[in-house]
Amino acid sequence: MSQPTKYGPAKLLPGEQIRITTNPNTEPFWEAAKAHRLTACQCGACGHFRMPPSPYCPECSSTDVLWPELPGTGTVFSYVVCNKNPANGEEYIYVPIVVDLDGAPGARLNANVTGCNAEDVHIGMKVAVEWTEIQDGWVLPNFRKA
Amino acid sequence: MAWANQDKAAIVGVGATDYYVRGKSWPRTINDMAGEAILKACADAGISIKDIDGFSYYSTAGAGYLDKFDTASLMETLGMPNVSFSATLTSGGGGCPGAIGLATAGLVNEDCKYAVTVMALQQLPQHRLGVVFGASAPSPENSFLQPSGLVGPGHLMSMLTRRHMHLYGTTQDAFGEIVMATRANAHNRPKAVRKAPLSKEEYDASVMLADPLRRLDFCLETDGAVAVITTTMDRAKDCRHKPAVVHACAHGGQREWGRAFAWMGMPDPHFASSGHKFTADRVWAQSGLKAHDMDVALIYDHFSPMVLMQLEDYGFCEKGEGNDYVLSGKIRYDAASQGGVNGGVPVNTHGGNLNEAYIIGMTHIVEGVEQVRGTAINQIKDAEFALVSGGPASLPVSSLILRSA
Repeated sequence: MSQPTKYGPAKLLPGEQIRITTNPNTEPFWEAAKAHRLTACQCGACGHFRMPPSPYCPECSSTDVLWPELPGTGTVFSYVVCNKNPANGEEYIYVPIVVDLDGAPGARLNANVTGCNAEDVHIGMKVAVEWTEIQDGWVLPNFRKA
Repeated sequence: MAWANQDKAAIVGVGATDYYVRGKSWPRTINDMAGEAILKACADAGISIKDIDGFSYYSTAGAGYLDKFDTASLMETLGMPNVSFSATLTSGGGGCPGAIGLATAGLVNEDCKYAVTVMALQQLPQHRLGVVFGASAPSPENSFLQPSGLVGPGHLMSMLTRRHMHLYGTTQDAFGEIVMATRANAHNRPKAVRKAPLSKEEYDASVMLADPLRRLDFCLETDGAVAVITTTMDRAKDCRHKPAVVHACAHGGQREWGRAFAWMGMPDPHFASSGHKFTADRVWAQSGLKAHDMDVALIYDHFSPMVLMQLEDYGFCEKGEGNDYVLSGKIRYDAASQGGVNGGVPVNTHGGNLNEAYIIGMTHIVEGVEQVRGTAINQIKDAEFALVSGGPASLPVSSLILRSA
């Protein structure tokens, strides 16, 4: 078997190439992110977390939602080491991660991680939120090795 | 309990165009290729195009990634006098073999007499799948995925693969074995895109596109079309070939898989799976059969690790044991004995999406038909049962068991 590749620093994708769109169900999440406040969609009736935000609670069908402020920390559930910037195909080391969010059991975010070499990212690694300004004045939650 | 529609319908005709490397089919149009596949399937069945009165699509009637089939347009160019069944499964390639169950429903319901299932794929530069995912501003839902740079299906599949490696100690050697074992089945196939035998050294040297997945773990990108015709058993007896009997068929899945790698919210053990456990359990319940009753398994192989995870979900081995199962040679086809190796069930005797061609699952149905007819190029001796799977992708995924008549 071949040796693991030495990739070097895991970089965030440049914010200026990232766009999002919102709808009334998802906008509170992104408005909170603008204020550098990490939240997740929680059912106002039964407390179940769901991400992405959606109109109904899949557990109890309630439309009531809460947007609690989360600690902003989490754990890497899985990751991929990518080596090309999707915007232009140029060599670029970035690591998409699936993050289990502390304080919101069952809720995950997909983001980039930085603050370490790509080859050092691992499942179970603790991370803390880091905010990236993207197009149209929105702010994207990414993560840094804690 | 046996499936209510067990052995009531059969696939009686298969047809395909040449398989072109992505983008090379131009100046043919997508309806030109779809028409060729449908007309060839009619000729194979020994019926007239005028007999076709049903359309059973999957992938939301998609023709590739951006084009759509339209029954009226196909009637207009091919001249079917009337149509009395026109329906599709939703989502994408996961529904491919499930479309045969949909056809069966239309036939048993006496809505139609001969139903065609067709897929055509043409990737002109603006239609490239990675571009489809990555070019425009994401939907509100996809705004929780795409900004992370997870823009191609290989990125997404890699995320599931990494979790499987973490939980079960699965190795890239197993992915290499899947590619090499199925490549070995393509060398004698005139239409296969990748025929040359593949060594482990060549596999290990393949460029890493989305670590842990290499270029050779990704399926081909192919242009072309494939069509199959399903009819009732009484009509099937009058067709040219031995019927490939629809013995069991299921589509769907469970919420824990849901949108799958477009979501990434799947709890363990669903995350590091193929999402096929639900339909696998259904076809086994419908048929009273188990994985090792299959003579051949045609397993949707858009990415090599998803073959391993389907082997687990269908019960060819226990969950988490796919690595050892694959590395013990059990997915290989042995030409000398026309059977399996080391007690295994041969997988993708046609070379699969990884080596022969990728027409979003249809080539697996064609191979299943040829195996139970007894006319396959890499024939399994006395093949009675063939498993065909579709997906893994956003639900529905689907499963089909064909039986020799």
